[in-house]
Amino acid sequence: MMKTHNCYVPHEAEIIERVQETPDIFTWHLRFSDAEIAQHYRFRHGQFNMLYLYGVGEVAISVMSGDGENLWHTVRAVGRVTKAMMDLPVGSRIGVRGPFGSYWPLDIARGKDVVFVTAGLGCAPVMSSIRYVVEHRQDYGRLVIMQSVRHRHESLWEPQYEAWRALPNTQVLLTASRDQTRWPNWELGRVSVLLEKADYNKEECVVMMCGPDAMMRDTAMTLKGLGVTAANIYVSLERNMQCAVGHCGHCQLGGKFVCKDGPVFPWPEVEALMCVKEY
Amino acid sequence: MKDMRYFPRAGLAELIAAIKESGYRVIGPRVEPGQGGLAYREIAGVEDLPRGLSDEQSPARYRLHPNGSQRYFAWANTSSAIKPFVFTPREKLWTVVRKEGRLHFEANHEVAKKTAVFGVRACDLAALALQDAHFLRGAHTDVFYRARREKLLLVAVNCSHAAETCFCASTGDGPEVSDGYDLLLDELDDGFLIRHGSTKGAMIMTDLVTQEASPEQISQACAQGELCRERQTRALPEASRLPGLMQRLESPLWDEVAERCLACGNCTAVCPSCFCHREFDSPLLNGKHSEHWRDADSCFSEDHSYLVGEVVRAHTRARYRQWMTHKLATWVEQYGRTGCTGCGRCITWCPAGIDFVDEANKLLSAEEEA
Repeated sequence: MMKTHNCYVPHEAEIIERVQETPDIFTWHLRFSDAEIAQHYRFRHGQFNMLYLYGVGEVAISVMSGDGENLWHTVRAVGRVTKAMMDLPVGSRIGVRGPFGSYWPLDIARGKDVVFVTAGLGCAPVMSSIRYVVEHRQDYGRLVIMQSVRHRHESLWEPQYEAWRALPNTQVLLTASRDQTRWPNWELGRVSVLLEKADYNKEECVVMMCGPDAMMRDTAMTLKGLGVTAANIYVSLERNMQCAVGHCGHCQLGGKFVCKDGPVFPWPEVEALMCVKEY
Repeated sequence: MKDMRYFPRAGLAELIAAIKESGYRVIGPRVEPGQGGLAYREIAGVEDLPRGLSDEQSPARYRLHPNGSQRYFAWANTSSAIKPFVFTPREKLWTVVRKEGRLHFEANHEVAKKTAVFGVRACDLAALALQDAHFLRGAHTDVFYRARREKLLLVAVNCSHAAETCFCASTGDGPEVSDGYDLLLDELDDGFLIRHGSTKGAMIMTDLVTQEASPEQISQACAQGELCRERQTRALPEASRLPGLMQRLESPLWDEVAERCLACGNCTAVCPSCFCHREFDSPLLNGKHSEHWRDADSCFSEDHSYLVGEVVRAHTRARYRQWMTHKLATWVEQYGRTGCTGCGRCITWCPAGIDFVDEANKLLSAEEEA
């Protein structure tokens, strides 16, 4: 972006399609109204956009997949902005600014085993990366996908996970932490249950992880205990983001601005402060 | 010293007039009506400057007293820094017009006025350099900050008087101004020494009648600076010890300070380097257009660390810890030095009289004893 540009101004985009994934999660299929912007928009897997709702404000949402012509975002209606967004019908216009932030280390992972560990809606920021690995299957070693939800009926894209399960040299592990029933192909319990079953080369792997802070902290500890080098573990953090360009100060974690230095970090860069309560 | 010139006290009016003739509005220290303190406000001329006044500052206290001299700059610093003239407390970023279901975004273009700030202190110039690094040197430039920064003329005055709350000598930012000025003055008993630090400053100096500064005048100015340095009673721990704060994140001293801290955010409001701001929409009730603004924010406000339905730093303890460790430790990772330039305003303007320097020293001595 040019230095003379007002980096805070969104571009108009249209909601082409919407999917109500669960009672409080929806997916938008968006397209920039300006053909030139749509054409030039490129994101890297793991980056995020700022989505703007007229008269209400902006929220940081990771890009689930697509490009400027077909941009997909999956959103949970949890705050002031996202709850109002859930009511928007197809054809509505919103503002989009981005992409921002760092991205998943798909280059570094080339030739190694790739392990995705996600919880809840943490699956959305890795979707495009999993698809990339699947499309370039020969460039990567074993593919392990772990996803944890509270209840199976809250899980997203189960048919997609089942399709991945059929791929060669691929392991898909799903768990529901609060269900009473153990469904076929599902485990009962938290991510830790899956970590025990996951089969990959601990010394030659790259782990990409996204979920609540506590889940990432515990999982990183467990992985280290299993022999995974901390530097090969990457996490995507969520913090209050308003400007998305490292100016407003809300997303700071120590010396890091999560919006521009992250959201994807090698675990050793954030480990110390992620382990301090309320830092 | 090279290019050091002298003019008698009466020349100050000429200098202000010369700056005005160059098209600048002039901001200077003046007594804030009803507040009893000094603030940077627009001044008409030399008559608005605080002649014969000195400040007395201590935790939660700021008073001005007549000092019986004819000097204009026999005080340490103002209540707020020069920050608001560059990073404004409230700014409109853009407007969106809604018409027939479409959204039309229009960037706000701030037209900055040529602004001269008169009587800038070393601590505030150093803090301005920190804000420059934050708003101008990243991958994204803040166009509003830049528009104002480019129109700024900085007339610094070396300090001759330290308040009890000053500690710039310990941060290495004062009391003498080292760079970042267009013009730099030293106030003597009967006049001023002046030198320029930029072409803009040099141009203004050409309009002024000056004579070569004598060695006696120069040594008098140096002696004032020395005295000002010696009179500083507070000192932050040396820079090499400050990262130690990050080893004290679970210290009970944070709880102790949190019991006194009101989390009001005064310290962050008067801090010349604090940059946090929040964005918000202000929609018109006709439903046709909405304005997107930003306001200065504080890490002491509850929603500063709001995150999907929760608050990361829910307690005052965590917020005070964020404020201090950011300022003195993690700022170094961001911008290569600490975020504190020793102005002491956070001490003066804390309604609970919390002494930032004292707290930092206590935390670090506790660490070393542990």
